[in-house]
Amino acid sequence: MNDFDTALATAWRLIAAGDAALMDIVVLSLGVSLTAVLIASILGLPLGATIALARFRGRDAVVVAINALMGLPPVVAGLFVYLLLSRSGPLGAYGLLFTPTAMVVAQVVLVTPIIAALTRQIVDDLWREYRDELTSLGAGKLRAVPTLIWDARLSLVTVVLAGLGRAMAEVGAILVVGGNIAGVTRTMTTAIALETSKGDLALALGLGIVLLTLVLVINAVAHFAGVAARRAAG
Amino acid sequence: MPLTRRLFTAALALAAAAVAGPTVAAAADKPFITVASTTSTEQSGLFGHLLPKFTEKTGIEVRVVALGTGQALKLGERGDADVVFVHDKSAEEAFLKAGFGVDRRDVMYNDFILVGPKADPAKVAGGRDVVAALRVIATAKAPFVSRGDDSGTHKAELRLWKEAGIDLAAARGAWYRETGSGMGPALNTAAGMDAYVLSDRGTWLNFKNQGRLAIVVEGDERLFNQYGVMLVNPARHPHVKEAQGRAFIDWLTAQEGQEAIASYKVGGEPLFFANARKQGS
Repeated sequence: MNDFDTALATAWRLIAAGDAALMDIVVLSLGVSLTAVLIASILGLPLGATIALARFRGRDAVVVAINALMGLPPVVAGLFVYLLLSRSGPLGAYGLLFTPTAMVVAQVVLVTPIIAALTRQIVDDLWREYRDELTSLGAGKLRAVPTLIWDARLSLVTVVLAGLGRAMAEVGAILVVGGNIAGVTRTMTTAIALETSKGDLALALGLGIVLLTLVLVINAVAHFAGVAARRAAG
Repeated sequence: MPLTRRLFTAALALAAAAVAGPTVAAAADKPFITVASTTSTEQSGLFGHLLPKFTEKTGIEVRVVALGTGQALKLGERGDADVVFVHDKSAEEAFLKAGFGVDRRDVMYNDFILVGPKADPAKVAGGRDVVAALRVIATAKAPFVSRGDDSGTHKAELRLWKEAGIDLAAARGAWYRETGSGMGPALNTAAGMDAYVLSDRGTWLNFKNQGRLAIVVEGDERLFNQYGVMLVNPARHPHVKEAQGRAFIDWLTAQEGQEAIASYKVGGEPLFFANARKQGS
């Protein structure tokens, strides 16, 4: 039990002291993951809704592929983005490797399939339910996309939170493309991995508790905002 | 419905603007170089001691990506770092010969140590002959954790096994366990399974989870561990920050950098011994 006590005490001390280095890491973690989830939502929500409504050859294959990509191993995504951004890779000229931008790109690759796949399922169900109503209003399928996303917004908040959970918890991809450079690309998860490497298990677990607390707060805000929105909608 | 839809579109546009904003803009205006180095230099805390002194003097920020030596050299080969700072002289010389790097210099050395459980099941503690100790461990089939990650430490370990005349192929998966991980994780594994492990002294001294482990063999000259620094070849990768990279290499190997290395101590013990030769000699 002793290890866990030390970790809890460490976590509390880190939060209470408002340690500047820790704050930088927290801000970077949040900045990278929130940006990545925002971009992934802008790509994934319309993409998922469009696949739900569109009827084309090979649609089933696309659905299966996107569902499968939800299980994309982060290290593989990281390696893919690394080879893309490396100086010897196709986008090497931009010098983006080992920057927060590279980490955002890697997380977008990881999170977009999750958001697209779950959105596809939700909108698919909704479309089955409201097809007649929407077509009688004269809305074409493409024009129904924003309407359906809007109608499903409360469910889609959970979808976006699932994507955020993946991004915040992920370490394999950002370690490869970010390089865990102190003060530049060191995030909560890569810092935890580093402290584990150094054998400072209490500090590592303490940082883990801080991260978990952060994710908890974000989810609480999203949940209660949803409750308030539902109440306002009557 | 049109109103809500318009609101929704506006929200999307707002989100896009937020993304384009400066959320994750790095401090790009400050000059910096990227150094591919090893976990032993980073995790021993040496860089935390050394780099602020260099940055204070020159205004150049040093961004360290800490990997195994093999991986660090690969970064240099691909042009993803400006300077490589590693410890595997034969691999470094091959790197130079292939034209990936230029101007290699010795910087410092430390030594490897054989770490093992205090209970010492193979009875090797206290010796100075590391090769003999490895033979005893192999005969006793005592668990041994290997880095198995193509790092400088891993290659040094393989050289020692070869010298001891032990064929590892038969031992793999039995008592010889390759973890494919950095020095710290390998020590964590050894602590967890009461195994022997070859470590660099710096990481060991800074390692907090020593548990039931202790140094069992040290002081053998075959455990000598030389670190070298070199510039990634600017002729091959034109974006390499040659002037700033050279400034770092010069500083490391000149009196100021050498003194800074020598002054780094953990618990009163020096971790690295500066041994750059005077320039031009």
